[in-house]
Amino acid sequence: MPFRNEPHTGISDSEPMALAQRRRQRSGVSAILTTAGLVLLTAVLSGNAAPPLPSKVEFNRHIRPIIADNCLLCHGHDKGTRKAGLRLDERDYALKGVNGRAALVPGNAAASEMFKRITSTDPTKAMPALGNKLSAHQIALFEKWINDGAKYELHWSYLPPQKKAPPAKGHPIDVFIRAELEKEKLSPSPEADRRTLIRRLSFDLIGLPATPEEVDAFENDKSPDACEKLVERLLGSEHYGERMAVHWLDLVRYADTVGYHGDQNTHVTPYRDYVIASFNQNVRYDRFTREQLAGDLLPNATIENKIASAYNRLNMVTREGGAQAKEYLAKYAADRVRTTSSVWMGATVGCAECHDHKFDPYTMKDFYSFAAFFADVKEEGVYTPSAFYSRFEPAVLLASDEEKKKLAEFDKEVAAIDKEIAAAGKDKAAVKALKEKRKEADKRRGEFDTTLPACVVTESVAPRTMRILARGNWMDETGEIVQPGVPHFMPQPNTPTLQHSTTPPRLSRLDLANWFVSRENPLTARVFVNRLWKLYFGTGLSKTLDELGTRGEWPRHLDLLDWLAIEFMDSGWDVKHMVRLMVTSATYRQTSKPTDKLKEADPYNRLHARQSRPRLEAEFVRDNALAISGLLVPKVGGVSAKPYQPGDYYKELNFPRRTYTPDKGDSQYRRGLYTHWQRTYLQPSLMAFDAPSREECTAERNVSNTPLQALALLNDPTYVEAARVFAARIIAQGGDGFEARLRWAWRRALSRTPTAKEAAAMKELFEKQLAGFKGNADAARQLMTVGYAPVPEKLDVTELAAWTSVSRTILNLHETIVRY
Amino acid sequence: MNPEQHILAERLKVITRRHFFARCASGIGSLALASLANRSLLAAAPANPLAPKPSHFPARAKRIIFFHMAGGPSQLDLFDYKPALIKLSGQECPESYRKGERFAFIKGIPKLLGTPHAFARHGQCGAELSCMLPHLATVVDDIAIVKSMHTTQFNHAPAQLFMHTGSPLMGRPSMGAWLTYGLGTENQDLPGFVVLASGGKAPDGGSSLWGSGFVPTVYQGVQCRSQGDPVLYVSNPPGFTPADRRRSLDTLNALNRMQLDEIGDPETLTRIEQYELAYRMQTSVPELMEIAKEPPAIHELYGTEPGKASFANNCLLARRLIERGVRFVSLFDWGWDSHGTAKNTDIRSGLQAQCDNTDRACAALVKDLKQRGLLDDTLIVWGGEFGRTPMNEDRHKNPAFIGRDHHPHAFTMWLAGGGIRPGITYGATDEIGYRVVENPVHVHDLQATILHLMGLDHTKLTYRFQGRDFRLTDVAGHVVKELLA
Repeated sequence: MPFRNEPHTGISDSEPMALAQRRRQRSGVSAILTTAGLVLLTAVLSGNAAPPLPSKVEFNRHIRPIIADNCLLCHGHDKGTRKAGLRLDERDYALKGVNGRAALVPGNAAASEMFKRITSTDPTKAMPALGNKLSAHQIALFEKWINDGAKYELHWSYLPPQKKAPPAKGHPIDVFIRAELEKEKLSPSPEADRRTLIRRLSFDLIGLPATPEEVDAFENDKSPDACEKLVERLLGSEHYGERMAVHWLDLVRYADTVGYHGDQNTHVTPYRDYVIASFNQNVRYDRFTREQLAGDLLPNATIENKIASAYNRLNMVTREGGAQAKEYLAKYAADRVRTTSSVWMGATVGCAECHDHKFDPYTMKDFYSFAAFFADVKEEGVYTPSAFYSRFEPAVLLASDEEKKKLAEFDKEVAAIDKEIAAAGKDKAAVKALKEKRKEADKRRGEFDTTLPACVVTESVAPRTMRILARGNWMDETGEIVQPGVPHFMPQPNTPTLQHSTTPPRLSRLDLANWFVSRENPLTARVFVNRLWKLYFGTGLSKTLDELGTRGEWPRHLDLLDWLAIEFMDSGWDVKHMVRLMVTSATYRQTSKPTDKLKEADPYNRLHARQSRPRLEAEFVRDNALAISGLLVPKVGGVSAKPYQPGDYYKELNFPRRTYTPDKGDSQYRRGLYTHWQRTYLQPSLMAFDAPSREECTAERNVSNTPLQALALLNDPTYVEAARVFAARIIAQGGDGFEARLRWAWRRALSRTPTAKEAAAMKELFEKQLAGFKGNADAARQLMTVGYAPVPEKLDVTELAAWTSVSRTILNLHETIVRY
Repeated sequence: MNPEQHILAERLKVITRRHFFARCASGIGSLALASLANRSLLAAAPANPLAPKPSHFPARAKRIIFFHMAGGPSQLDLFDYKPALIKLSGQECPESYRKGERFAFIKGIPKLLGTPHAFARHGQCGAELSCMLPHLATVVDDIAIVKSMHTTQFNHAPAQLFMHTGSPLMGRPSMGAWLTYGLGTENQDLPGFVVLASGGKAPDGGSSLWGSGFVPTVYQGVQCRSQGDPVLYVSNPPGFTPADRRRSLDTLNALNRMQLDEIGDPETLTRIEQYELAYRMQTSVPELMEIAKEPPAIHELYGTEPGKASFANNCLLARRLIERGVRFVSLFDWGWDSHGTAKNTDIRSGLQAQCDNTDRACAALVKDLKQRGLLDDTLIVWGGEFGRTPMNEDRHKNPAFIGRDHHPHAFTMWLAGGGIRPGITYGATDEIGYRVVENPVHVHDLQATILHLMGLDHTKLTYRFQGRDFRLTDVAGHVVKELLA
């Protein structure tokens, strides 16, 4: 069951976050039980008895999460919410305490005010004042920690990663994973069978199913490096970049429209293609970072560099009449801080827009200094409201010479009408008619123009003044002026790379990019490999992909995470190397089927004693159905596609009003990631399967399982058409007789043959449906009208409709949309 | 036990455990304790994220109908009668009001504008209303009028987002999403949060006004469309009969069960449940939309015309939805942005047309809920995203039209039913209606009050995202106790 954060659903591979947090309070729960007089119930929960105290209580692992959850809201470094003047976020403050009472006395828990408070039964003194009391286990941890000296540590993710050698020989991932398994007396699961493996690798690496031919070849390849060869083939596929891009485009909140108000189209697809190509060419992550943040500032910047710099222009913008430019510029600035800090640092610097961060050491000054890196980005606060077809300049036009010529002709036409208008003088009727004509010509020009490839880019101009805005209030003009700078408590960048005439010299976006990918940066590599891990193992090593700071989850396999982060940097930020490393591990190849023991010991698979079982992401649900049916047009890149959706789906969009016309021909059958991404009205089937609107940076999608998904897979014309085209292929290519055809279909959709029981159930459905359609051939013909794909004339339409019932059922199977 | 039973039992163990912790964390253990103590109840533990969940404390309202009159209805021409403003009409707005102010469209020194509409007192409570609202006048003793609303936003999209999500930025969960996340819904054959729109356009804030933000998408509002499929893809493909549908679904379920036995992925069970729910929705949604079956007296009351896309039809649909246990219904009506730049935005002709189009149906809904005994535990909220200026906007310097600019400092909303004290007017503005001078109610206060009526503590209904516990009211909001019955 589906919800990462939802406490009311059933078991699944992904542990709900709320539960993860509450696990810490388990023994607190038994306390409540006892007071409720329902002691018998503790037995039900006996599996959750407090764990024994560790031999060494570590601040980051054991104490920090308790302090963060229970203390820092009132005793953190945000002075706005601080109570009693007490700070517990830094050791010095805690030792000093207030009113001569030290919160912490190292080596003496009993003398420590903090310990007295957490164990107090006096309601006027007991802490924490808000929320639950600490559990007996938590209190014991505190006691031991204070008695051992009450040592603080900088949060682990702000300390540079430590490369510890894997504790044994073998694939480093397996060695690290097995070391933790041994502690729990668990063993890894056996390797998955070949057809599961190739299916898994194909979905994970290229987002497409393996063909039956590929499955056969892999099953028959007895060479010891069969798996490695398969991985190399898939890493070399041009579809690898598409699969990787889906994840990256979520992070950078890539969309085809501007989001605010009328949510008009913008020009940005070349950036998407740049992302795909970069992953395919294995552009090193440091370069990838520099190009996006500062492509325009690179020496001898190429067109591709400039397109990459569209990253800085992917934020939502507005054209709303009456909107205040200054207010929106402040919104855009804040948006860039939120997104950029989330993408590269897995940090929520955005929290410091209105107040110092409550849990991490980010200050408001850090926030606005970070925003100042982007103060040179040329942009409007409010773009011209009238012109729908504008390109949200600055942009590069990527039209061919022929297209440019045609555009010039349109311009000429408009200019000619203008001349006529001038000539018509005071002839009101004539002027009115001509103006009408001009409007038409303008519209034609605009419609043509909007089809031309172009891309918003970053252009550097004299930087705007960046001030600290008290409580984020954009009207306040009294705040301190800040210069570009990285968070104050982290390693600082060197002197500015670019020589400007500014005095004093000012750091630039290029410096920011260089700082992200410098060896000293403790976050960038960890954040990236943690998210990569999620793609192949179902959950991040720290499951909070969007937050590695104080409120993030302590990674149980921190040594592995750090080893991977350093390996990533040592490899020269080689993304494919890291992917290869992960998917060639035995840990990756394990079966996803848990033993009873594993289900009990590790229901959420956080120890990776088996593989996970994620549902395909929205785009790949679509790609899979199109690939199975044979409809998929696997072209890489290009203009966004418009798959089926109701013509009036955008009818409530205004400024201007729009109708939706689904594409005909090849572009109807393109992969999901090329779908025209309308931020406020996302394509309904993508939305049903949890694709994000991309209004904000999304590091991890929700995974839901809803009736709207069922309705989409059953009735969206895309899937009905896929079913009927699949049916025609089954008849044409599946051989003779029901069994042979079903086998053919099963292999294509599920990479396996049907069981006797499955075949019997399907046969019953087929025969009943065939009888029904034979009695009503009209109904069969109607079913064939869904979608633009032609209906093979030679086939008997009733048989085709009956097979469509079968193929539609196959496309709706849970197994079809899950990677096992 | 066969494998399916085994998985079910196991899943229940975890569900129950989770359920249990969730309850304890929110301070309510009784229900979960009861179900834990009783094995047979345990088997019925909800696996469905939309299953009804207990509130933090006893609720006054079980469901909500939220009318959003998009654009910002003019409080000064509908509710907040200001004789002084009429007297001063045409004079320049004093500098004391303008100082440090920014307006969306007003430039230069604007002139004050008294209402051209007559007002009268109604009901036992004697509430003052514009004569453009004759139907609302008949139910004033059932509603509470709040004249002291204020907000921080003065452009449509951010102000609407602020009203529905507590933040002017996109990407936060909407009130309906928060409520279905917190309380689930009572009818498992329909979505828990339904959105209806009229006026020909969606509000400026778009679907983010009913989005789920960072809470799971299952909690987002489902827009019921007036044409085509009321819920997208709820219809079978052409040529596919209900019998075909059932047969296909039975086969699909049978195959999914075989797969469940084989692989043991409990998510498969959920998938089966969701297909069954989709199947039920295929019946319940079209049935819901059939307002033609309502008796003539009801059509007379609301002014509904079956088959037409209208605000009145949406009001009647709203009643049918909450009658069926839907938790939250949002009705958006576009066209209240009375700038006075053309006839349809003039505060005389334009606003009159908006009232003609909506007044009867709004009042009808109050009466209809009351006669069905549903008003007691159904909360109705009516209002816009902000108010309008006491000054004539006069953007085009065209004396043919009069209108008002966006105004965040004061506006009026009304509430009814669901634990609201009826027949009161709360809060007051200064003599020209520029600023609130008595009992101010901030948007976050309204949200806190709404959650309170639904039995939820707005500081405790939280969701952790990016390491922070987010809530609808951000870091603010106070329950307005004086509004409670």
